[in-house]
Formats: sequence, C-alpha cells, structure tokens
Amino acid sequence: MKALKARFLVFLALWGAWLVLTAPWSGEEAIAGAAAALLVAVLPFFPASPLCDLRLGPKPLAYSVAFGFVFLKALVLSNLDVAFRVLHPRLPIAPGIVKVKTALKTPLGRLLLANAITLTPGTITVETRGEDLYIHWIKVAAADPEGATEAIVSQFEKYLEVICG
Amino acid sequence: MAEILGACISLVGAVFFLLSAIGLLRMPDAFTRMQTGTKATTLGSILFLIGIGVMRPDYLGRTVLLAGFIALTNPVSSNALARAAHGFRKRLGARLEPDALAADEPIAASAPQEAEHGD
Repeated sequence: MKALKARFLVFLALWGAWLVLTAPWSGEEAIAGAAAALLVAVLPFFPASPLCDLRLGPKPLAYSVAFGFVFLKALVLSNLDVAFRVLHPRLPIAPGIVKVKTALKTPLGRLLLANAITLTPGTITVETRGEDLYIHWIKVAAADPEGATEAIVSQFEKYLEVICG
Repeated sequence: MAEILGACISLVGAVFFLLSAIGLLRMPDAFTRMQTGTKATTLGSILFLIGIGVMRPDYLGRTVLLAGFIALTNPVSSNALARAAHGFRKRLGARLEPDALAADEPIAASAPQEAEHGD
C-alpha cells in the first residue's frame, strides 16, 4: 500500500514537471508524458522514494500551501536581514552553532525543515543527527536548546508535522 | 508593460546578488560568508527567473519550475559546505561561540589520541 502511494506520487511529480515544461499543451504530448512518467514510476528505479512520507488529504494540502507562504515570507525576511547586516557599518554579528531538537520523524520532514531553516533569517543548518539539528546562527540570541528551538524551529514545525510528520 | 515589470523584478534579483557579493567580501569567516552566499543568491535567482517569466509569459511555467528546484537544492549544497567547513574549523579560524556541534563530539575529538596511544 505504501509502495503504491510512493509510485503514485512519483508519477504525479514527473507528469506535473513534464506538463509545466511543455507549457503550450497538446493532447499527444500530455499522453506521451503520462506514459513515460508511468513507466518510470512502475519500473523499480525508486524503491524507497521519500515522497511516500507525504500525507494526502485536504488538511495536509492546505498546510502545504500555508507552509509555502510562510517559507516565502521567511526567505524575503532573511534577505532583508542579510542586506541589513552586510550594509551596516559595524557588521552586527555574533556567530555560533546552537543545537535544536525537532519532533519530526520522517526523513522528508527533516529535510524540508533543514532547508527551511537554512533560508530563514540568520540561520544555516550545519549538521543533522537523529532528532538534533546543529544550526549556525549569525547572531546567537539563545544558546540553550529550548530557547533556540522556540526561536528557529517552531514556526515551521507546526506545518511540517501535519504535512509529513 | 510586462517587459518593464519583468525587468524591474530581475533588477531586484540582481541587487540581491550584489548584496551577496558585498557580503562575501565583508564577512569575516567561512560560515558567515555562507550565510550571505546562500540566502541572497537563492532569492536573487528566484526573482531573476520570475522576472524572465513575466517578460515572456510562455516561459513562466518553466522558470517557476527552475525556481522551485533552486529553492530545494541551494540549501542542501550550503549544508554540505557548512558541514565540511566545520570539519576544518581549526584551520579556518572561525569564531564560534557557543559551538554546540564541537561540544557534542567528544568521541571524534578523543578517538585519534587513543589510536596514537594504542600504536
């Protein structure tokens, strides 16, 4: 059942990418793309696709859209933050590496969380070990794991827990 | 009209690339350079591609797809770079306080010494 879901999601992802790439659509192209995507999804090239960690349904879908917006907002804010720090005459930085804990269990969820953290203001994921993430923080505001988790992780975690906990 | 709008969006993206370049020159060590290098180039590339998509609407789907791939892969590469840099932190001379990752590595730090004693 789980393998079937993973294959279905691989098919959807490949066919979606194909449809976007061949933008002025024609029926034959769409059918050819669907056949090729189906072939790739059915042949055993992706035995353990991380896509099977995604949850399907209206609530995870709504949370994915919300996560997209939160992510874009964080991306823009982080760029303004970079601009501020780079152009500030005294270069206001106090870098350090802090440890945070995540409640996410699946590899896909942790990957998305690590990526999101890298693109949020002032933080880069350096290493993940199990449920611990080590974050390089350009101006450390809270050195203890609890405070750092609250400041860095929690804004994304509540969405990712629903999407692919 | 779409041409001008797309050009303006691309210009904003180029400004972020410029900020990233200034950051690479001004920041003191590898990790802080990575901070500017990752974030500003990600949004810069995305805005640049979206700008091209707005100028040529038939390319918009493709550029959005490219922007998605950049948003997925750019943080992964910076993660790999940061991890490698942390392995060489003593030679790089980066100021990190606190350094939770080094503090959690008693085994890795003491293992070579034990190996020397064993030999």
